[in-house]
Amino acid sequence: MNHRHLKNSIFKYTCILVVILSIAILGILIGQIIQQGHSWVTMDFLKNFPSRLPSRAGIKAGLWGTLWLLGLTALLAIPIGIFSAVALEEYMRESKIKKWLQINVSNLAGLPSIVYGLLGLSIFVRGLGMGRSLWAGSLTMALLVLPVIIIASQESIRAVPKTIREAAYALGARKWQVVFMQVLPASVPGIMTGIILALSRVAGESAPLIVIGALTFVNFVPQGPSDSFSALPIQIFNWSSRPQEEFHGLAAGAIIVLLGILFSLNLVAVFIRERYQRYRT
Amino acid sequence: MLKKLNADSFVKWALYSTLLISAFTTLAVVFVIGRESFNFFSQVGILEFISGTRWEPLLDPKSFGVLPLVCGTALVVFGSALIALPMGIAVAIFLNEFAGKKLRRIIKPILEILAGIPTVVFGYFALTFITPVLKSVFPSIQVFNALSGAIVVGIMILPMIASLTDDALRDLPNTLREGAYALGATHFETITQILIPASLARIGAVTILAISRAIGETMAVTLAAGATPNITLNFSESIQTLTAYIVQVSLGDVQQGGIEYLTCYAVGGLLFVMTFTLNVMGHKLISRARMVQL
Repeated sequence: MNHRHLKNSIFKYTCILVVILSIAILGILIGQIIQQGHSWVTMDFLKNFPSRLPSRAGIKAGLWGTLWLLGLTALLAIPIGIFSAVALEEYMRESKIKKWLQINVSNLAGLPSIVYGLLGLSIFVRGLGMGRSLWAGSLTMALLVLPVIIIASQESIRAVPKTIREAAYALGARKWQVVFMQVLPASVPGIMTGIILALSRVAGESAPLIVIGALTFVNFVPQGPSDSFSALPIQIFNWSSRPQEEFHGLAAGAIIVLLGILFSLNLVAVFIRERYQRYRT
Repeated sequence: MLKKLNADSFVKWALYSTLLISAFTTLAVVFVIGRESFNFFSQVGILEFISGTRWEPLLDPKSFGVLPLVCGTALVVFGSALIALPMGIAVAIFLNEFAGKKLRRIIKPILEILAGIPTVVFGYFALTFITPVLKSVFPSIQVFNALSGAIVVGIMILPMIASLTDDALRDLPNTLREGAYALGATHFETITQILIPASLARIGAVTILAISRAIGETMAVTLAAGATPNITLNFSESIQTLTAYIVQVSLGDVQQGGIEYLTCYAVGGLLFVMTFTLNVMGHKLISRARMVQL
């Protein structure tokens, strides 16, 4: 083997090593969490409120807060996200305004989440007087994930073949009928993937919630959208930042539950994608 | 006929109105941050803010020099980019040039899982795994340190760098590879002398977008890197980033309209300007590079 080929092999194996390392990092992360947290995940852990005593602490408040947030944010962000994507892809002609709106969406997608927190604090919590309520939290989250849903829906709508539209028009359908009865149903799998991605963001995001003042120590379950709340990631943050070993165990337990929620969300997405996918991007 | 026409234009304008929400979001961010920053700068000089070297807004005597926070953020960003850029590019090269279709279909979802893990979980990982490992290697390192923060942010931006670089390499015409191989070049020579130079603009754009992501990273660095505003180049010391400061203030009980409250918006404004500029630059570079290729 000559010099050049030796270099080539070294390079190739370095790349392979880096890939293995990246996968190993994920493995270590998940292994570490399961190892430290599995013994804490019990029925009581799900049913108890946070407590000063690690043995009695649970995630009931955080879990319900996260479920409320997921539901409300989905309700707010999904229709607006899909409609915005339809407007951009199917209705707007190429123009300066469209280009500007498109750039705006991709910039919003790159805005740090904590800046959304500052926005929510000023507009929803203070300006509109919602206080530290679930409404304020889910409106902030909705703005945060809107770009994610718009971009994913746009890609999915773009992948629907032109022939579908032409066939519908040929049969005498109006534009809104073509869009809502042919194009949108055909792009459901891609849109669902975007929605799940967005909801995973909602379940895992904590910085904006801390900024708008979601509570870190809650011993009640929110009864309605105007109640104050906590959320799983906030609970995890709170427990992680304490020095005692037991609280780290609790944090790992809560992470297992959070990852469980994210995993089931993604399972739904995979199922829908496999079941309904007709056109691939 | 008339009724049907009306239905169509009604739908059109209803859809357009939803677009206003994302347009207004940007305007609202600019307005909110602008207004509160204006209030802040009516009490604190801009020059003191951007050139002061002491950040003590919560304790008397108060001091509002933002440089320690900028230094903390820069340290984390620089460290994480140093780790994640070579790794991410190597992963992308492997996926494109060495891996077969099957392997690719296994590795890409694994990277997506890594990308989908919440930031607070990475913070926990940094505290309970990375920092103890660092401590056993460098016993003098502090419990909260910039290195741990940089490593964990590096892990977080790795999937993004890998996937965007992968896109860039995939957009290169195959004739480039075929030409190089026909001349007898090895994989290594083709990649380093043909493919990487050909996609340099795109990789530059990826770097810019990754840096912007790293600047905005919050919970992981708050947990790993500490809350000590500190002008230092020493990775073993505790620091505070721009984002971590906002979290620190938000966790405390701060009066609305007070100067502590306003500092969040001034710091947030700085974050906004930095990430916004980088994002615009990054997206512009990508679309221009794409145009040249086509």
